[in-house]
This record gives sequence, C-alpha cells and structure tokens, in this order.
Amino acid sequence: MASALINVPRRAKRGEIVEIKTLMSHIMETGYRRTAAGEVIPRNIVTSFACRYNGVEIFRADLFPAIAANPFITFFTVATESGKFDFEWIGDEGFSETASASITVE
Amino acid sequence: MMWARTIIVAALLVATSIGRAAEIPQAERRSGFSFMTPDTQAMQNEDTANPGMLWVLDGEALWSGKAGTSGKACADCHGDARASMKGVAARYPAFDKALARPVNLEQRINLCRSQHQQATPLAYESRELLALTAFVAQQSRGVAIETGADPQLAPFIDRGRELFLRRQGQLNLACANCHDDNWDKRLAGSAITQGHPTGYPEYRLEWQSLGSLQHRLRGCITGIRAQAYDYGAPELVELELYLMSRARGMPIETPAVRP
Repeated sequence: MASALINVPRRAKRGEIVEIKTLMSHIMETGYRRTAAGEVIPRNIVTSFACRYNGVEIFRADLFPAIAANPFITFFTVATESGKFDFEWIGDEGFSETASASITVE
Repeated sequence: MMWARTIIVAALLVATSIGRAAEIPQAERRSGFSFMTPDTQAMQNEDTANPGMLWVLDGEALWSGKAGTSGKACADCHGDARASMKGVAARYPAFDKALARPVNLEQRINLCRSQHQQATPLAYESRELLALTAFVAQQSRGVAIETGADPQLAPFIDRGRELFLRRQGQLNLACANCHDDNWDKRLAGSAITQGHPTGYPEYRLEWQSLGSLQHRLRGCITGIRAQAYDYGAPELVELELYLMSRARGMPIETPAVRP
C-alpha cells in the first residue's frame, strides 16, 4: 500500500531555494479518545520525521497528538549539489517508513 | 451552548419559512470547491498535497492485484483504467438490469468482485473499497457529470428528489431547505453549500479520512436528527442518483478535499 507522497523539484539551479513537500499516510490516533465501551484507544502517532540531503540531516521535526491524520510537512532548502533526499518517519507501535527523491542541480 | 443552538435553530426555521423552495438555476450552480478557503482549494489542486491521492495510489495497486478464487485482477478484464474507466464515474449511479434498480460505483465494484472475481464484497467505507472507488472515479476528473441520461432511471430519480424535498427528523428539515433555499448563507461558521456531489469519494478534513457520498448523506441525516439509512440502502442510492443528476454538466473533482 502506498504510504508517502513526495514533491521535490527534479531540477534546480545551484544555490536556488527549493520547496520540499511530504505527505505521509497515518491515522495519528491521539490516545485521548475512547471507544463506545469507555476503553482508551491507545496512542498511535508519528513521533518524528527527518530528511537527509546526500546523507546530511537538513530537517527534523517532532510530531505530537494534536497533529491531524496524514501529516503534511513542507520545508525549504538550498539546492547545493545533485543527489538524493532521504525521508524517514518513525512512530508508535514500531511504525517506520522511508522514501527518497532525487534532484539534479545544474 | 444550548442558548446558541436555540438561536441557530430559530434562525433556520425563520429562514426556511420564507425559503424560495426552488431549484438552483443552471447558471448559478457552484461546486463546494468555490465555498472553500484558498488554502483548502490549494490542497485539493495539488496532487502531492491532496491526502485523497493516498487512497488513489492504493486503488491503483488494488486494480492490478489479483482477487478471489478466479485469480483475476480488475485490470485483467478492464485493462488500463486510464482509458477504460474514463467517464465511468460521471455516469453513476447507473441502472443495473439484473437487479432492476440503480447501483452506485461502490456497489458496481462489489458486484464485479462477487460475479467476476469470485471474491468477497468489500465493506462500505473500508480502506480497500474507498481506494478502488477513488481510483476509478479519479479517471473521470474533469469529465462532465451525465448521470441520469438512461430513461430507465427516471422513476428512481423522482423518488430521490421526493426524499430530497421531504422534511424529516426532529428538526423537521428537508435537504432542500438548506441546499436549495439557503446555500448562500452560513450555518454557524460553515458555508451551506449547494450539495453537488462532484468530488466523491472525498477527503474531509473533519473526517481526517476519505469517505463516500453515503457517509456524507448519513452525516447530514443524523444532523437533522433523523434516523440515517444503512449504507447501500436503496433510498440512499436514489438520493445519490438525484443529486448526481442535479449536478449534471459539472466536472468530476475526485478526490476532492472539503473542510
């Protein structure tokens, strides 16, 4: 099943500021809700997100229960060299997803 | 809180008693999209920001995955969905000869599963059924709705319309009281839209999930304090059919995003 949607420009000029957009499929269950029977529904959220650009971490975020389902995270970076962005999402119940995207810098 | 509710209900009752009770002229029809903030519109417009696309991608995988004892995938009969499914969602609900009544897109997918794939039908609002429906409907994005062209559907459209105009529930409201008569006003903070089902299955921020038109209709019916029909009930399909025929000519937006 598909889990991540990534939007990275395929090409950029050296030194250009590029926007990176990520969408991760996740229910983000807060841990505050209860079933009709009164039992707490255990928390199940993405707790952290990180992006590496050619191995170097350029962005990191901690996520909390107030963030809506299917977290959409966007940020900017400077296109310095051609290469790869690696994305990683880690969460409760052993959740771990990765994705990557390439960029050509001219 | 109770006081605020009483005012809202009173305001609605006043508004409805002087309502126009007329259908919306063709030229004044507006998709729910046009009632949204620019931020939410941008979310729908960009495929990598539109969470509904997560379901569409799942649906694409399901389309070519084998199911049931027949060992056949949707793609084995229908081929490339981009060609074979284009415009299909713009004609649903459609008349089914064997059942002698209209079926919606979800029901058609399940009929296909049980008759041709020998697979168990998928539950309404399950991730799989929503994903397949969204994938099929997305192939019609931009295609004008033409539901209801089949003359065999006429009596069912009439019944759907009757339900649309019938006051029901403890609030004694018909769909038409809001969506025909008061669509240019607001209910509490939210815009009352014209109720054109152009983008289903759609991602509602309130649901934090994709959902079907019947999910939406059941929410509305509960909102007027009436007993909602079960998923797949003929009444809901007829209402769906009337709404789609009422939106004829408007482009499909699936997967739409709504607040």
